[in-house]
Amino acid sequence: MTTGTIHDIGYRHYQGRRLGRSYLLRSLYVHNLRSAWGLGRPARAKVMPALLAAIVLLPAVGSVAAVALAGEADALIRYSAYPTYLQPVISIFVATQAPVLASRELRFRVIPLYFSRPVLSLDFVLAKLAAMTTALVLLMATPITVLYVGGLVNKVPDAGAHLRDFSLALVGVLLFAVVLASIGLVVAAFTPRRGFGVAAVIAVFMLSWVFVQIVQGIATARTQFDLAGWLGLLTPFTLVDAVQVRLLGAERAGGAVPPGALGGLVALLVCAGVVALSIAMLHRRFRRGADL
Amino acid sequence: MNVTIALITLRSMLSRRRALLLFLLPAVLLSLAAALNITDNTEPGTAAGVLQQFALATLLPLLALIAGTGVIGPEIDDGQIMYILTKPIGRHVVVLTKLVVAIALVVAFAVVPTLVAGLLLRGTATGLAQGFTVGVLAAGVAYTAVFVALAVASRSAVTIGLLYALVWESLLAQFAPGARSVSIQQWGLSIADAITSSSAVEATVRTPVAVLLLAAVTVAGTALAVMRLRTLSVASAE
Repeated sequence: MTTGTIHDIGYRHYQGRRLGRSYLLRSLYVHNLRSAWGLGRPARAKVMPALLAAIVLLPAVGSVAAVALAGEADALIRYSAYPTYLQPVISIFVATQAPVLASRELRFRVIPLYFSRPVLSLDFVLAKLAAMTTALVLLMATPITVLYVGGLVNKVPDAGAHLRDFSLALVGVLLFAVVLASIGLVVAAFTPRRGFGVAAVIAVFMLSWVFVQIVQGIATARTQFDLAGWLGLLTPFTLVDAVQVRLLGAERAGGAVPPGALGGLVALLVCAGVVALSIAMLHRRFRRGADL
Repeated sequence: MNVTIALITLRSMLSRRRALLLFLLPAVLLSLAAALNITDNTEPGTAAGVLQQFALATLLPLLALIAGTGVIGPEIDDGQIMYILTKPIGRHVVVLTKLVVAIALVVAFAVVPTLVAGLLLRGTATGLAQGFTVGVLAAGVAYTAVFVALAVASRSAVTIGLLYALVWESLLAQFAPGARSVSIQQWGLSIADAITSSSAVEATVRTPVAVLLLAAVTVAGTALAVMRLRTLSVASAE
């Protein structure tokens, strides 16, 4: 009886530096952020994000131009209301770009390739969420910054108040971005087929918005203002606007928001819940996608 | 019309998650209408608002977009359309078949729910339900033809369709009244306005013009789709 022997046939071992978890996380983040804006993808994929960003920027530029030409400081759009005013365009951006991050790897079944490397599935999901959030912050913070700088250049009165509103609006933008990104990525991850992901994400945003508008209208007509406010928590844009209005001292931009500081706190908790839940769902979805 | 293509398309549209989306959208409208019916919120203004804002302006474009691009877009993207195009079937037959399937889906998931919601809200009083049903049907046919043409012509058909339906027809129409006359939604509303005697519905486009424009858009969309499918080049997927 012979026993097998293992021969050393001279493969070289890797003896270089191991770059570790933070490097992995950073690489995934940068890759996802670039692909959210179509960078590193064919020119076709760059057109839509660029076009949508231009449309989002347009009203801000127009507003600054109006201030410069007419000299009326009132023509400046309120910073905190900007995302809500541009809601359809921002929703379309989330709808077209969330599937780019969340659907493609699932559709082409390449998730196992990632997880055969030392990538933690939670890191994978967190990198995607952070990248989508950053992409949305860039989308929304740019026009707001244009507004602020335009206001400074044209010497609008009350610079201190403008600085305060601007910085609080940036906090609001961050919250908008993380909530919209969470919802968008989850819906896109569960509808991997091309085209359907886009429709599903936009359906969630627009249907919930119109639904809440109608129901709030009826509640207001019946003088149940508190009820109308609480119903605002059912649609993402009003949900974040509630936090802005009640905790960050902004003026209302869209639908009614829940009353008092308590309303703002509950809205913030709902935001946190949405984000946590979607991280958990994405984690589960991509772990399952890893099974061959 | 080619029955085999129609059946294959229908099956791919109604399988699993896609069908879930198609069922969920009208379900929201119906549950809203049912809830308003139970809580007795059925004033003409409310009913017209629900039918106009929800059924005509939101549900219909979304569903027409899903159906119109879904019947042909994914097949072009992954190259499967070749299996149909290499058969001795005229391109116009392919397009018409896909269009008919998409319109059937829109009728089932948008027009019928609109009728049911309208009946729940107002019954047959002042012809509100009937008006919006016909309006949604006419606008739905036009939307579907446009979106099928878009799906054949461009790979980002869904995004372009959304930009048209949400930014042009909804956002821009609030600020620029001119955008309202070039809007399938307003043409559909004009037909609804002509049929119902309710004063809660008010259209900006005159009805004969609206009917003419809807027909023109439908024919033009179909013709464009046929022309583009004749010279389709299939590149690899993204």
